[in-house]
Amino acid sequence: MLRPRLIPCLLIHNGGLVKTVNFTNPKYLGDPINALRIFNEKEVDELIVLDIDATIKGAEPDYQLISHLASECRMPLCYGGGIKTVEQIDKIISLGVEKVAVSSAAIDNTTIISDAASRVGSQSVVVVIDVKKTGLLRRQEVVSHNASRRTGLNPATFARQMELLGAGEILINSVDRDGVMNGYDMDLIEQVRQSINLPLTVLGGAGSLNDIKELIRCYGIIGAGAGSIFVFKGKYRAVLINYPNRLEKEDLILT
Amino acid sequence: MIALVDFGLGNIQAFANIYRYLGIEAAPARTADDLRAASRIILPGVGAFDCAMTRLQESGLRDALDEEVLGTKKPVLGICVGMQMMAHASEEGKIPGLGWINAMVEKFDTSLLESKTYLPHMGWNDANPLRTDTLFSGLDNPRYYFLHSYFMRAEREEDVLATSNYGETFTSAVRFGNVYGTQFHPEKSHQWGVQLLKNFAKLT
Repeated sequence: MLRPRLIPCLLIHNGGLVKTVNFTNPKYLGDPINALRIFNEKEVDELIVLDIDATIKGAEPDYQLISHLASECRMPLCYGGGIKTVEQIDKIISLGVEKVAVSSAAIDNTTIISDAASRVGSQSVVVVIDVKKTGLLRRQEVVSHNASRRTGLNPATFARQMELLGAGEILINSVDRDGVMNGYDMDLIEQVRQSINLPLTVLGGAGSLNDIKELIRCYGIIGAGAGSIFVFKGKYRAVLINYPNRLEKEDLILT
Repeated sequence: MIALVDFGLGNIQAFANIYRYLGIEAAPARTADDLRAASRIILPGVGAFDCAMTRLQESGLRDALDEEVLGTKKPVLGICVGMQMMAHASEEGKIPGLGWINAMVEKFDTSLLESKTYLPHMGWNDANPLRTDTLFSGLDNPRYYFLHSYFMRAEREEDVLATSNYGETFTSAVRFGNVYGTQFHPEKSHQWGVQLLKNFAKLT
């Protein structure tokens, strides 16, 4: 039986691991490699690591860090941040990363997705779609550059376009729910799920394992991404890397 | 010594780390001599079939691999696309495969899937060993990470070592003599994968 995936999402800022709220106020959590080693011990399904500085600074991906992460990681790794070219994607895959996440580059130049799919295979091409409610009507809109730029694109339509170009997975990231821990944006997820047939991973809003349980109850096979709940404990948000053990996970899945 | 075939695809370092943790010698193989010096060979692979075959061809290791696998009959383990490359050909590409196993590589039939998620087959799934084999020894209901849209269809049923299910039952591990393959990624599958890689190191 194929199982839904519970995926911690780690953010890199100034070389350290951070957690944001609504894509702002990064709080320092610790060293990314240390965190990854703890997640290894906890037998995490999969891990997403996003460098939130690279696109803003126009910097190259940090290949040294990526190589280090990939070699330590005993579960599948998805890496994103600052990726603009197929050559960069190819290089990251060759460093031992299973999946590469492309975000703003897919908005600026959609052919990067079809080119990447033919070079490294669709299964390794993830499109991250940051979504924020905008304007008076609070419409869901695709945004980029850490939510500082609006694109006018509808998330469901854009996701479908990415699927047709050869993406292998869509990651929907809700800016409004990021770090807020009040539940996933189920309306947004429903819109995107209806528009594509690809594996979908959602991020933003998970505040408890119950939120994940509810998501799996609704969608079965889905990637349940989360940041805060896997790095914080308690109402004072003390930093503590955690993840459900095997029994707890079975309970989330078999509803 | 286990040779990890390094032709620019697949996570060589992840295998090296697991073997270091197990105290078993393993190193990247970049030359024909590296392959000749090894007792076992792991052929990793990710990405598109033709791209993987082209890179293997360009690496200059192809002839030495054929020699060590078909001639010397060293145990060899192909991973993911590395397993698919051992077949005659793939629906995904035009370039012929290595032809070490009498098999073809096909795309999943998505009309058989109930869920909204079709391809790739991505995530953790069960592998059901069909018979006793050292590769799966000590593994009770093992679970592995899969990431693929194509799978191997072996001509001979007796070559199928384990199956998994995604809409249809497919070959998730294969064995023809000294040639082994897993469609899943043992190097990314926690203790189930570590045990399998440990078992592979024990094969004679």
